[in-house]
Amino acid sequence: MELAPNRLLPGDVLRAGSIGLRTRRLRAVLSALGIAIGIASMVGVLGISESSKADLLAQLDRLGTNLLTVTPGQSVFGEPATLPEVAPRMIGRIAAVEEVASVRTIAGASVRRTPYIPIEETNGIGVSATDTNLLATLNGTLEEGVFLNAATVRNPVVVLGSVAAERLGIAGVGAGLRLYISGRWFTVAGVLEELPLAPTIDRSALIGYPIAGELLGAGQDATSIHVRTDPGTLADVRGVLPRTSNPENPDELSVSRPSDVIEARAAAKSAYTSLFLGLGAIALLVGGVGIANVMVISVLERRSEIGLRRALGAGKRHISLQFLTESLLLATIGGVAGALIGTLITVGYAWSRGWSVAVPAYAPAGGLIAALLIGAVAGLYPAVRAARLSPTDALRSV
Amino acid sequence: MSLLGSPAPADTTDRRNAYVLELRGVTKVYAGGVTALAGVDLAIAAGELVAIVGPSGSGKSTLLHVIGTLDRPTSGEVWIDGHSTAALDDQQLASLRAQAIGFVFQQFFLLDGMSALENVATALLYTGTRAGERRRLARELLERVGLGHRLHQLPHKLSGGERQRVAIARALLGRPAIVLADEPTGNLDTRTGAEILALLEELNRDGATILVITHEREVADACRRQVAVRDGRIEHDSAGEA
Ligand SMILES: Nc1ncnc2c1ncn2[C@@H]1O[C@H](COP(=O)(O)OP(=O)(O)OP(=O)(O)O)[C@@H](O)[C@H]1O
Ligand SMILES: [Mg+2]
Repeated sequence: MELAPNRLLPGDVLRAGSIGLRTRRLRAVLSALGIAIGIASMVGVLGISESSKADLLAQLDRLGTNLLTVTPGQSVFGEPATLPEVAPRMIGRIAAVEEVASVRTIAGASVRRTPYIPIEETNGIGVSATDTNLLATLNGTLEEGVFLNAATVRNPVVVLGSVAAERLGIAGVGAGLRLYISGRWFTVAGVLEELPLAPTIDRSALIGYPIAGELLGAGQDATSIHVRTDPGTLADVRGVLPRTSNPENPDELSVSRPSDVIEARAAAKSAYTSLFLGLGAIALLVGGVGIANVMVISVLERRSEIGLRRALGAGKRHISLQFLTESLLLATIGGVAGALIGTLITVGYAWSRGWSVAVPAYAPAGGLIAALLIGAVAGLYPAVRAARLSPTDALRSV
Repeated sequence: MSLLGSPAPADTTDRRNAYVLELRGVTKVYAGGVTALAGVDLAIAAGELVAIVGPSGSGKSTLLHVIGTLDRPTSGEVWIDGHSTAALDDQQLASLRAQAIGFVFQQFFLLDGMSALENVATALLYTGTRAGERRRLARELLERVGLGHRLHQLPHKLSGGERQRVAIARALLGRPAIVLADEPTGNLDTRTGAEILALLEELNRDGATILVITHEREVADACRRQVAVRDGRIEHDSAGEA
């Protein structure tokens, strides 16, 4: 007579493998927690760093990478050099240059809400003279009010950088709002949004060149010149800038591309990323050990179930498959929960920073695969132990 | 009406003529040197209801384990439903248990967290029978052992007698060639024990081959054939007597 081989249908493998979880829910949740925390922190940190990077790249897109900034360097004797007064005009004559705007920081000038505030309290805010097209050159925008124009550059009118406005406690540009700049009252005309391409301007109070010369006795040579060029010929422009700006001493200045800084920041992995990835990996490992531990206990507790199943016709492989499935299910629950939590963390953080969310697909997918691997490794030994148990020993244990 | 439904006629004659179980010179020596079985010859035909009695430590449970292929004999032959167990590997023995042997234990061994119905249905889990079919058969059998109103109850909410009925239904679900019961009334009070015994007798009348290990006189007396075991040997077998 033919002996039909015993077998366990795939659906029944899952059903048998989930019995332990269904009957001991709290234990299942707690043992999956370690994996969940590990995966969540890894997915979260990867998601946050990716979202931040995406945000920086979007910023670059918006601001353009075709801006060059000329600043004076040092003379051959190691003294601070200056740029010729005509430099901006000379640069403007280069065909590929679209916009030129210069800025001069006025040393010794101070800006205060009232004359009664001690002059030493600068709040780190400086006063600079600038041109009317600075905003257009930097692709900047106004938060409020208007920028300097041909009329206001000759009058005591000031426009504040975003940080300067905040530090001075300027909430809005009301009619007649004035600031005390080096012994004179200046009317506040506008407040700028953040300028990622020229962070020093964020901390400046901007006034026109004519009024700066008239009231503060400032020189008319620039301390930085911002140049917006045709993107295709940026390298050429960069090459001719030193000689155009300062034909006599072309070595006494430097040309930089501010977007490089943002690009470098986007490319850099923060130290926190590696730290949290490492911590996540440790949590995963501990989670795996936790699952192995729970599975070993489960096998000890369920000896009679193992014995019974063997009596009902389960082969060794069916027993090991059941416990391996249980371990994999535990890890999968942890992995899925972790991937979800990590994604939520990313969404929450990105939302609080005003970024768009960019969770790289490999993070949750990799997390799940890692969880499954850990589940398999953690479940292997308990599963083999369960299968090795002799049916009679297993049934005698009660 | 038949409790198990009517088996195919050819099958019936086949089983009535052949032994479903045969032991030849079976010994079992445990690792510590204890001889639990010292040469047992036993043949049981289909449809028999046999009681195995004997003092504690005489080797009854060992005998049941060897018959049930949960343990291998040290020497001798065990034939079950036409298969010599010595020729089968571990996997094949498990297959044999899945289709030819049903167990009833003193401690019931129902799985927590599974309803009575699911517990009974588990008997066919390792035969590759689909879940729906398993449950259908289990429901029928539970109704016939008088637990139609307890199908979805969890084991720990059942009385001892009800649990043993569930366990008996589980043992019978796969229509095994032989049902092995180790002290099935051992954990029950006298009245419940008597009910369980009546159920086993009824199932036997309907064609099930049942072997019961027992301490209790009444249980043994209710069986048509009694086998007395002492010190690993068969001391007395009522089979030969008229
Ligand atoms: N796994 C084992 N290892 C060693 N010795 C064992 C083992 N199992 C049983 N024995 C011994 O074998 C002998 C027979 O035991 P068995 O359990 O078969 O007796 P029994 O007739 O079922 O007794 P009881 O009526 O108390 O259940 C006893 O001496 C027992 O101590
Ligand atoms: Mg015993």
